Amino acid sequence: MEKFTILHGLVAPMDRANVDTDAIIPKQFLKSIKRSGFGPNLFDEWRYMDQGQPGMDNTKRVLNPNFVLNQARFQGAKVLLTRDNFGCGSSREHAPWAIEDYGFRVLIGTSFADIFFSNCFKNGLLPIKLPAAEVDALFDQVTVTPGYSLRIDLEAQTITRPDGKVIPFDVDPFRKYCLLNGFDDIGLTLRHAEKIREFESRRQAEQPWLFT
Amino acid sequence: MALHTLYEKLWNSHVVHEEDDGTALIYIDRHLVHEVTSPQAFEGLRLAGRKPWRTGSIVATADHNTPTDDWASGIKDPISRLQVETLDANIREVGAKAYFPFKDLRQGIVHVIGPENGATLPGMTVVCGDSHTSTHGAFACLAHGIGTSEVEHVMATQCLLQKKSKTLLIKVDGTLGKGVSAKDIILHVIGRIGTAGGTGYAMEFGGSAIRALSMEGRMTLCNMAIEAGARAGLVGVDEVTIEYLRGRDFAPKGDLWDKAVEYWRTLVSDHGAPFDRVVEIDARAILPQVTWGTSPEMVTTIDGTVPDPEKETDPVRREGYARALEYMGLTPRTPISSIKVDKVFIGSCTNSRIEDLREAASVVRGRQVADNIKLALVVPGSGLVKRQAEAEGLDKIFKAAGFDWREPGCSMCLAMNADRLEPGERCASTSNRNFEGRQGPGGRTHLVSPAMAAAAAIAGRFVDVREIL
Repeated sequence: MEKFTILHGLVAPMDRANVDTDAIIPKQFLKSIKRSGFGPNLFDEWRYMDQGQPGMDNTKRVLNPNFVLNQARFQGAKVLLTRDNFGCGSSREHAPWAIEDYGFRVLIGTSFADIFFSNCFKNGLLPIKLPAAEVDALFDQVTVTPGYSLRIDLEAQTITRPDGKVIPFDVDPFRKYCLLNGFDDIGLTLRHAEKIREFESRRQAEQPWLFT
Repeated sequence: MALHTLYEKLWNSHVVHEEDDGTALIYIDRHLVHEVTSPQAFEGLRLAGRKPWRTGSIVATADHNTPTDDWASGIKDPISRLQVETLDANIREVGAKAYFPFKDLRQGIVHVIGPENGATLPGMTVVCGDSHTSTHGAFACLAHGIGTSEVEHVMATQCLLQKKSKTLLIKVDGTLGKGVSAKDIILHVIGRIGTAGGTGYAMEFGGSAIRALSMEGRMTLCNMAIEAGARAGLVGVDEVTIEYLRGRDFAPKGDLWDKAVEYWRTLVSDHGAPFDRVVEIDARAILPQVTWGTSPEMVTTIDGTVPDPEKETDPVRREGYARALEYMGLTPRTPISSIKVDKVFIGSCTNSRIEDLREAASVVRGRQVADNIKLALVVPGSGLVKRQAEAEGLDKIFKAAGFDWREPGCSMCLAMNADRLEPGERCASTSNRNFEGRQGPGGRTHLVSPAMAAAAAIAGRFVDVREIL
């Protein structure tokens, strides 16, 4: 996993609540047995005028000019500004894979669905929850300011706006530690292999029917 | 003695290790695996040179991509076929407690086959790379949907990294009216607390109306806990739970059964145990539900009307409603009972079990699917459900009425196989998500109970099933 320390990136606004994982990456792309290459199909049904299918040459498809991420001023965005309950629905990790592959590293919103939220951290993405007033202000600013960028410092847990205002944010210490160092969860967990084995033996003795 | 909720009992009995910030390693008893969210996990293990920790915890099946008709021709879509064959190869390589491949008699939707084979047992932690794993909480299991990185993590370590959730009790008391089912309860709950209302919570269902439900009904409730944002749903153990499990293939037998049952009976929230939040609902006030929008919280009753976005004061909500109505092709204030449907889907991990099929068949019996219905599908949840339904003659009732009787799988719930809506088509569906494009690009989904879906097929529009029962 790629380390995350400090990011200074262009912001794109996704001004709707309850953006679900079917919208983020439609089901036909879930047939892939790979974990890369989903970026061109991020928000596929909103982004293109035709129906996307796996194997299409996406560079030849007609873009929906009204879709926010297709606007010239948001090309190269690294920060996605969202509303309530972003990532609700399915557990498909293809959603954060597509977001990361597209080029985003940070999501800022008022709330995220649980499974999506934890999937982000496994893929070097930083989802940040902020109070509604802060998110509203960011939407107001990004809408009227071409080239609107934010500086996100994970170590300091701060977002710095172009006008200099610094917004603090919370992140679980363990997730922060993994993200800052680019650590692989499995490697960290296996440091406790002995404890897992002890737990398992005890469980097997107490509830043998779970191990038949 | 301290009083504990069921969630706390399950959590406490599975903590292997805890970090200073409360992040814990939770031991996983049962790992359900299907073809869509597992290939990258198996590949990850191989690339890292890691072996699965305990393959005896794995129960696997192919369900999302499998066709529901013409099994003789196999899986025609080459990309779907490769994904299913990849699962075959991965399970062949690493092994499993049980594998029910495509065409196996016991193949079916992963959340149907776990319980019906007794592979889901009270007190277990159950995970699967599928959000509807919450279904298994009906058996007093701590059951979570997980992402593919977590699938790999569980395979490699038999543990999941988790933080403890808050607890939410949905207490439903009273008797449900005729024609009102578990699906109506959960849609009503989602309408009341919203799709993010359960975020961060484990959602336990209690009260006399829940105790009166069968295991099938309880599975329907817990299945859609995730639609209210709760990663896990829960129902405490009672006689209904124990009787359901007795004699199931993978359930314990003999002395072990007695020992297990003695333990299982402790898997209830202690009387008076404090929950972080309680929502009380009067079962008698719940009417048959129909969703009108593109989120499960956009729901009303069969006697209701499509809402008017202009009446919403919150701008984000107003725009969301307007966008949903545009997508759904609906006009504000339209009576729900005047909305015509094109297709009907009875199936999915929410409503494809034997009781669901009986409920739908009781409405369909002796009647005909309306002329304007292009397709009415019944997709049993598993090969065993299908066989049971055929033994009861339910297939004949559906076929005589003009329904298609199909092979088991996820089917038109998410349209990864050939079963789908065409753009603009409207569907009465017993599935769990009415998101844009969920049942096919441009498709319009209305979520309802099996009885209400059957009634819509007969009437050609939404109709109050209580009037025709």
